[in-house]
Amino acid sequence: MSSAAKEFLRNAAIKSADLAHRQTLRRNIDHYDAAIERARPRFLDWQAGRQRCHEIKWEAINHLDRYLLEFEERVRARGGHVFWAETAEDARRYITDLAARNGVRTIVKSKSMVGEEVHLTAALEEKGFRVLDTDLGEFIVQLRHEPPYHIVTPAMHLTRAQIAALFKEKLGGDGGDDPQKLVAVARRVLRKDFFSAEMGITGVNFLVADSGMVAITTNEGNDRLGTALPRIHVAITGIEKIVPRLADLALFWPMLANSGTGQSVTCYNSLIGGPRAPGELDGPEEFHVVLLDNGRSELLADAEQRDVLHCIRCGACLNVCPVFRTIGGHTYGATYSGPIGSVLMPHLLDGKKFDHLPFASSLCGACTDACPVKIDLHHHLLHERRNIVGAGEQPWSERMAFKLWRWMMMSAGRFEFLGWAGRAALRLAYGLGLEGSPLDPLRPWTKVHRAPRIPKRSFRALWKEQHGAD
Amino acid sequence: MKKVAMFIPCFVDQLTPEVGLDMARVLHRIGFQTEFPSAQTCCGQPAFNSGYWPDARPLAEHFVRVFHGAEAVVCPSGSCATMVRNFYPELLAGTPLFDEAVNLGRRVFEFSEFLVNVAKVSDVGASFPHRVAYHDACHALRELHLKREPRELLRHVRGIEFVEMPYSEDCCGFGGTFATKFSMISSAMGDTKAGNAEASGAEYLTSTDPSCLLHIDGILRRRKSAVRTIHLAGILAQTADSAGRASGESR
Repeated sequence: MSSAAKEFLRNAAIKSADLAHRQTLRRNIDHYDAAIERARPRFLDWQAGRQRCHEIKWEAINHLDRYLLEFEERVRARGGHVFWAETAEDARRYITDLAARNGVRTIVKSKSMVGEEVHLTAALEEKGFRVLDTDLGEFIVQLRHEPPYHIVTPAMHLTRAQIAALFKEKLGGDGGDDPQKLVAVARRVLRKDFFSAEMGITGVNFLVADSGMVAITTNEGNDRLGTALPRIHVAITGIEKIVPRLADLALFWPMLANSGTGQSVTCYNSLIGGPRAPGELDGPEEFHVVLLDNGRSELLADAEQRDVLHCIRCGACLNVCPVFRTIGGHTYGATYSGPIGSVLMPHLLDGKKFDHLPFASSLCGACTDACPVKIDLHHHLLHERRNIVGAGEQPWSERMAFKLWRWMMMSAGRFEFLGWAGRAALRLAYGLGLEGSPLDPLRPWTKVHRAPRIPKRSFRALWKEQHGAD
Repeated sequence: MKKVAMFIPCFVDQLTPEVGLDMARVLHRIGFQTEFPSAQTCCGQPAFNSGYWPDARPLAEHFVRVFHGAEAVVCPSGSCATMVRNFYPELLAGTPLFDEAVNLGRRVFEFSEFLVNVAKVSDVGASFPHRVAYHDACHALRELHLKREPRELLRHVRGIEFVEMPYSEDCCGFGGTFATKFSMISSAMGDTKAGNAEASGAEYLTSTDPSCLLHIDGILRRRKSAVRTIHLAGILAQTADSAGRASGESR
């Protein structure tokens, strides 16, 4: 078992027992669920909409080579730069070098999960740059020295009171938990950095091929300040974020907003296609797009799981996932948590240490039903389990257990006899009061359950008795 | 079609035989002849779900051969029916039994699905004068799309007071080997489910799937809860005359 797997088990045990944490999540997610339900009727036909989204992303991903080049050509034509980062290290180096070359001191960053994926902030801070997260949720978790808890709502695990206490301690807030006042505190702190920063880093929600633009969605407008004021704008994203046409956003914007937060459309949707053009009043002097691969093209080669690249990072699968709601985002120890994380992380470079994640699911399928681009999430967990087992890295004892089980089940006679023997042993053990003790043959089960009542006779024995053999 | 073959999941055979007997009782009552092909063992789902497809495949082939001649196969578990209908085609892709597996999948039905959609019976003449909540088992709900069928059957039971539990569609956390590999997550999910069952005020929690019920029951009893579990077949098997001696209760 990898050390990441051990840590996952340890943290999962802690969070599973943390009732307050579970209640906070339930409350926060219920709030979103209610909003989604209210907003969904705005779609004439949501199911048809997600089918259309699925088809558009299918087209985009299956012609990724063409659409990405189209995007690049158009950005370059407007004087922007496009950098193809094969690895996380490539992306970090490009951006740190760019900042160093331009004498940057302060960087304002709006939300970017790809930034998290490549550990961009740490790399920049190590080189002496000051990096400020300007998304309110990110700002909060940065103050707590934590990674984002959730890909859309980074501070979902916190209550208003906890945030108020944090602001009081770190920023001199008055400790009141009125949301408007809390936002005002963050705004006061952030505003002056927007004016002094030399570089703005943003994520990207969609790369639009036919117009060569990046589409950025936020609820706080922090991306606009972060791209309009600093001299350099760097947009960093994964190669899969492409959509073919500008017109596709007419569907994707509301789909993303509705699935993620239950809004009809997110508050601020920006399209940026290049640096400030002659005669324009604002915008950066330099515009860079960093396109990250980091294992994605290997996933593209996997016809079975390729649709994982359809993901628009709305977070819907996390919110509906009963495992996520029990163990929370940080337990995964991964940039992307929840169902999408469990199918995506093992495919990223250095993803092998996440091979336990596809197994940490009850396969309930709520994620697949919630996904607005119809990724076959819970079936991909099955596919990934098969791939991992096929690579032969499961413990010998488990492999043997399944071989034995198969041998037993290939014959009704063996099954009947061994079933009888097993039940007799259990009845004896429980008769002796061994239930739940270390000698309990069902120990892994009875650690958390009362043992089932063990019947004397099996169905097939009872049936034979009542109906004779057939 | 008046004759049906019963597909009794391996753990029902060993641990909850009353579920199979209750299903047979209900099928008889509405005029079906039941047979139990005794060569059947397990559909292979535990190995399949755990990633051991080469170990699951021979079991799937065995299952297809055993039920080869059956006109209709009825199973008191949405999960095991799902395995055959939805996953055999994937598991047996490219093997000689593929076509037959696809064909058989169309003839395998979960119990409530068979009653309501195939036999077209919603009232099986049952009587169960208790307050009952229903847990939507994941495979029945999301793989077989059975939401209405079990509820329709329950609504026609005499004397029953059917209540919707909060978050009835949330997974109970069983998940096969997940329940032992990640028992802390599984049991926490089960605790949430048990709490919601208690909040519904129901005396009984029922479902299409005995595996969910086995899990939830083990947790309810650990909590010393007043809520008991009973398989849907256990409720439908009880009639006004049989009251008090039907077999399906958890304890």
